[in-house]
Amino acid sequence: MSDEQLMAVVTRNKEAISGDVAIFHAADEQEQAKIATTLAKVLKAMVHDIGNGVYIIVKH
Amino acid sequence: MDEFAITISLGSLMGVMARAYMLRSDYRQYPGYPHGYVTHLSLGFIASALGSVAIPAIVAKEYAAVTFLALAAEQFRNIRNMERESLSALEEAELVPRGHDYIEGIARVFEARNYLVMVTALITSTVYYLFRWPLASIFVGFVSILMTSFLMRGKILSDLAEVRVGKISFEGPLLKVGNIDIMNVGLPQMREKILSDALGVEIHPKDDNARSTLHNMGQRQAIAHVATSILGTKKDVDTPEFTPMVRKDIDTGAIALYCVPAEKDIESLLFAVRKVPILESAYRKPLKTKAGRMAAD
Repeated sequence: MSDEQLMAVVTRNKEAISGDVAIFHAADEQEQAKIATTLAKVLKAMVHDIGNGVYIIVKH
Repeated sequence: MDEFAITISLGSLMGVMARAYMLRSDYRQYPGYPHGYVTHLSLGFIASALGSVAIPAIVAKEYAAVTFLALAAEQFRNIRNMERESLSALEEAELVPRGHDYIEGIARVFEARNYLVMVTALITSTVYYLFRWPLASIFVGFVSILMTSFLMRGKILSDLAEVRVGKISFEGPLLKVGNIDIMNVGLPQMREKILSDALGVEIHPKDDNARSTLHNMGQRQAIAHVATSILGTKKDVDTPEFTPMVRKDIDTGAIALYCVPAEKDIESLLFAVRKVPILESAYRKPLKTKAGRMAAD
């Protein structure tokens, strides 16, 4: 059941995230939502809001 | 006409009628392909012939023939495998799968129905052989059809739990139905869409037996599947946000269903959820044990 996979990260907060994952930087919330939507559609995955300006794209 | 011939044909007739009657009550479990009906009616015919042949075989001292019943039981076990395999194969194409527990339940029902057919045929033919009165045996056959379908009816969700409307709301990105957390939805426009289109239902268990039944993930998946198959869903492969979900309140054991139906009709959803069958494999009865009753108070 649990084959969740972290596909990508979209962030407005450069300090909050680093590591071996696809990271997309956005200038504002609108751009962030737009990138996240495109990624979610392409990857057939879901966008979750971590709360500190970071969206993660997770395949469930 | 030969007495045995009448006995066997009356038994077979009532058996086939029993199988046809049970096909009718299938609407939620069976895909309803005409070929499926043919398969099940012909297997039902075989079962009823076997059931009605038992008494004449014993009377004619053909004991070997009776052992064929045992062989037949083995055959009907294959029906369970057949149903399980075909439903599991179809499962891959379902956006909202039935879940293994539901499939297992359906497969078991299809196996059991053939035994019920055999019993009906056996009862009918026995009554005819004893009293030699066709109308009486047909009457008894009908009674046994009604009895078996009454006994095999199974429970539905409204027997175990109270089903109410649940309010969809967001706490930041967290989607909630009533007080129960469902999931984290990141995109603001998805949250708006969910607020305008989604429906929520709260299911409150009536006692501890119900609580541990609703705890079962297979049962919860069955609820989500039934809700989707009746009301449709807006979910597609690229919108996992709209996946119907059933989550539990960890403190009270209540569960909440979230779904984004194609038809937004809360009354229809409540009705469908109340009618969800309780899966045999999910049904638990902790209150039957002393320890369970001690924990309950």
